[in-house]
Amino acid sequence: MLGTFACLTTLTLLGFGTEVGVTSTPWWALGLALLAAMIFCGLLNVLAERIAYRPLRRAPRLAPLISAIGVSFIFVNIGLFWQGPTPRRFPDLLPQYDFISQLFGLHTLVRFTFKDLFVLALAIPLMLALAWVIRNTRMGKAMRAVAQDTEMSLQMGIDVNRVISFTFLLGGLLAGAASLMYGLYNNNTVFTLGFDAGLKAFTAAVLGGIGNVSGAALGGFVLGLLSALTVTYFGGQWENVGVFSLLVIILVFKPTGLLGQALGDRA
Amino acid sequence: MQKRWLSAAAAISALALVVGACGGGGGGGGGATTAKTVKILSSLPMTGASRTQTVEIVNSIQMAIADTKINNVTVQFEALDDATAAKGSWDAAQEAENARKAINDKSVVAYIGTYNSGAAKVSIPLLNQAGLVMVSPANTYPGLTKPGKGEANEPNTYYPNGKRNYARVVPADDLQGAVGAVWTKDLGGKNVYIIHDTELYGKGIADVFRAKAKEIGLTEKGYEGAQKADNYRALANKIKDSGADFVYYGGIVDNNPAVLAKDLKAVAPNIKFMGPDGINCSEFLKQAGPAGDGVYSTFGGVPPEKYTGKSADWLKAYDAKYQNKSPNAYAIYGYEAAKVVLAAIAKAGDKADDRATVLANVMGTKDYEGVLGKWSFDANGDTTLTQFSGSVGKGGAWVFEKELAVK
Repeated sequence: MLGTFACLTTLTLLGFGTEVGVTSTPWWALGLALLAAMIFCGLLNVLAERIAYRPLRRAPRLAPLISAIGVSFIFVNIGLFWQGPTPRRFPDLLPQYDFISQLFGLHTLVRFTFKDLFVLALAIPLMLALAWVIRNTRMGKAMRAVAQDTEMSLQMGIDVNRVISFTFLLGGLLAGAASLMYGLYNNNTVFTLGFDAGLKAFTAAVLGGIGNVSGAALGGFVLGLLSALTVTYFGGQWENVGVFSLLVIILVFKPTGLLGQALGDRA
Repeated sequence: MQKRWLSAAAAISALALVVGACGGGGGGGGGATTAKTVKILSSLPMTGASRTQTVEIVNSIQMAIADTKINNVTVQFEALDDATAAKGSWDAAQEAENARKAINDKSVVAYIGTYNSGAAKVSIPLLNQAGLVMVSPANTYPGLTKPGKGEANEPNTYYPNGKRNYARVVPADDLQGAVGAVWTKDLGGKNVYIIHDTELYGKGIADVFRAKAKEIGLTEKGYEGAQKADNYRALANKIKDSGADFVYYGGIVDNNPAVLAKDLKAVAPNIKFMGPDGINCSEFLKQAGPAGDGVYSTFGGVPPEKYTGKSADWLKAYDAKYQNKSPNAYAIYGYEAAKVVLAAIAKAGDKADDRATVLANVMGTKDYEGVLGKWSFDANGDTTLTQFSGSVGKGGAWVFEKELAVK
């Protein structure tokens, strides 16, 4: 939510706070907004980690959870202060183009617009980059080591605090990118946005298997497809029923999620 | 501090009784009447998309209180929020808490609210048992007051002690939904797709629209509930595929109808969109952006630019005080609701702090000359006004289109 606000503020400063009068997509402004949101969210995350989580590193497991709830309240209230209590409109700056009807001349229920392409074009490279960082870099290796056994990593000479900070930075950068995608795709934002987004992200991660990047991506796809299908074939009010029923069923039969493997106990 | 003051006032009045200057029976004459302090609470969603409207209603209430001097009575006012940040719109638990707060504060004699009919459903029964009067500036769900217009057990289920304590200054949806259907037909709509936000108000008015649409020969292409969501692409595609030429949305702006209108416009620019008073606010157009152009909405009364006589004077005064020349449709209703309550308090005289007297006075409002014209509350607590108008979104503002008659 703060990410979308950062995008919105950047775009407004650049003179693109509304699409009225804008004839072609200002890619440079979107690029700047993306950069601003990524840096903003990344730094915010590092700051939150430094203030709210690091002092609790050795505290019982419940303590960081509670301070996380506290941090989310602080964020919500910053958002409330920043952009006010009413939903804000996000400018609709992407080209209006439907590939299926305009390029292929097919008139079906299914549409694939430029917006959908934009989200995929940004999300897939980021996803691959994340997977590459985790799998192939020194820092990625360290991240996995710390996740598996903090004590042992410490003894091996890994700077655990730095690794955790980096993980938060990475999460923040991606959240910043996601917020630009959300804003341009849905064209609205509100200070309580993060709650729903968090719930959906968590559901996707659980569905795909916690601790597994490709699993989370798959979980997200399944979630989106399922909600679209439920809306189309059963009606709008059944959307959440469909999605969460599937979640329950999958967790009953495969508690580790779709691609999950037993990784032991994780916070 | 206030408590001490109250007990002092109580002691003085007790003394007056002991002295026995006035011979009991609660007569108004003789004896020194003591100044009383009474309180009015309002309960409206002040967080979320409705805020623009509710702030204006609260302004209006404050203006009404400032405008009215009642002898020996000081009127205090507090605006409560029945929305929570977590929900971003009204919340049943918060509304119940507000109602309890009103009940437990003995100086409260009237409750102005709610904005959402679903919230009224929560607080009416609570206030009913406490004998506290409630006047709504905005609830339009028919079943709250009218027998036979909602569910089978309505409205009696809301009044556990059997005595009505709820009135509203706006005309209800059994009229508005029907007016919307007739207007749809007038605008050339033939195939309608009806959507509601699954709330009491939204589904209620969608059902009224549905019944009237059937009666006047419109074809129903679909009827479904759609909860608040980030986007409605799937639903928009489905509507387009259904062959509908008109969409009627029963619901409130908080549940993202602006997003639905926008998504619908993206896939099918020719499908027209209409909604009731729940979307008739500047917030809807602000969120919908260019997609708000050509959206129709209905509501009770006429828009500010059509105000004449007393309502025009009111608008001038409102503008002078809050620098707003075109407040949303409900601002004037907030003023009227507060005025009716204040008139009831004034009429109660010595018993201004007696809930039962104020209740009886409000419910008995007859031929009241207010800013909306001359009207009364009927036996159900409904206003006798039945005027509606239709507006269309143009360049970010609602522009008056025509007056709609109840047929």
